[in-house]
Amino acid sequence: MGHAMFDFYDDIVIDEPIVFGPHTFTAEEIKSFARRFDPQPFHLDEAAAERSHFGALCASGWHTMAVWMRMMVEARQRLVAAMTARGETAPTLGPSPGFRELRWLKPVYVGDTITYSSAVIDKRPSNSRPEWGVISVRTTGTNQSGEPVISVISTAFAERRPA
Amino acid sequence: MSKMFFENFAKGSVAEYGPRVVTRDEIVAFAAEFDPQPIHLDEEAARASMLGGLSASGWHTCALAMRMIADGFLLNSSSMGAPGVDEVRWLAPLRPDDSITLRASVLDTRTSRSRPELGFVSFCFELVNQSGTLVMRMTASLMLGRRPTGEAA
Repeated sequence: MGHAMFDFYDDIVIDEPIVFGPHTFTAEEIKSFARRFDPQPFHLDEAAAERSHFGALCASGWHTMAVWMRMMVEARQRLVAAMTARGETAPTLGPSPGFRELRWLKPVYVGDTITYSSAVIDKRPSNSRPEWGVISVRTTGTNQSGEPVISVISTAFAERRPA
Repeated sequence: MSKMFFENFAKGSVAEYGPRVVTRDEIVAFAAEFDPQPIHLDEEAARASMLGGLSASGWHTCALAMRMIADGFLLNSSSMGAPGVDEVRWLAPLRPDDSITLRASVLDTRTSRSRPELGFVSFCFELVNQSGTLVMRMTASLMLGRRPTGEAA
């Protein structure tokens, strides 16, 4: 208990946040992601980005989301390792059916440092899979000036505490 | 092909892009970088999971759809980015060697009152595999610059 969205479904407390990061976005990683997945000029090239309405090179919104995913997964793996070392059983993280209300509120520019916060805002038992519950997680990413840059509500299966 | 502006997108129009094959190496490489869960990295662990075998990260599926949108029309348009995504549903696993097609349907278009230089085009993007199974459905609005006055259609 006390691990917010990483707890067994039954132990999850609504609105208890976990913080991930911070992560500072470099020009190299912004361009590396953009080259592969979102090769629009304002994510790929400084000069073109300066001429665009963004005014400077900025990360693909999908990149901003993917960095949260990595930090969330790594944080959970650290927790699972620590629990396993103590002889405790860690809940399994199930797959996600999707997300909603993803908002790219401000561009993430080169050198911006983003801190993410995620909290379960809703939970319900799964109708079709009795060993799982379904949780809704609201994530917000905030830059070094305290401005929200991204917000999303994602859904995931969370394992129920074995009886 | 001439550059596409807001005015080129009509409510009700549907276009298809692809197909594109997704390799096991791509799936594992994305997962190693952004979603290092065993279900996206390791066959054996994936077989024991709810999804029953190795599959792409949902964020990889989104990123692949983004790339198909970019190559399909966005790089040849007056794209000004996107305010966000209304909803994504990951409906079926994306497996190694799947061949995916992107179907883009225009749900609605509207001009911006506060920013007369752009308009919003609301899309339903559907990613379909080689068996016709719907892998992902995404509804999102894109911001597109308006055609400069005096420029021919």
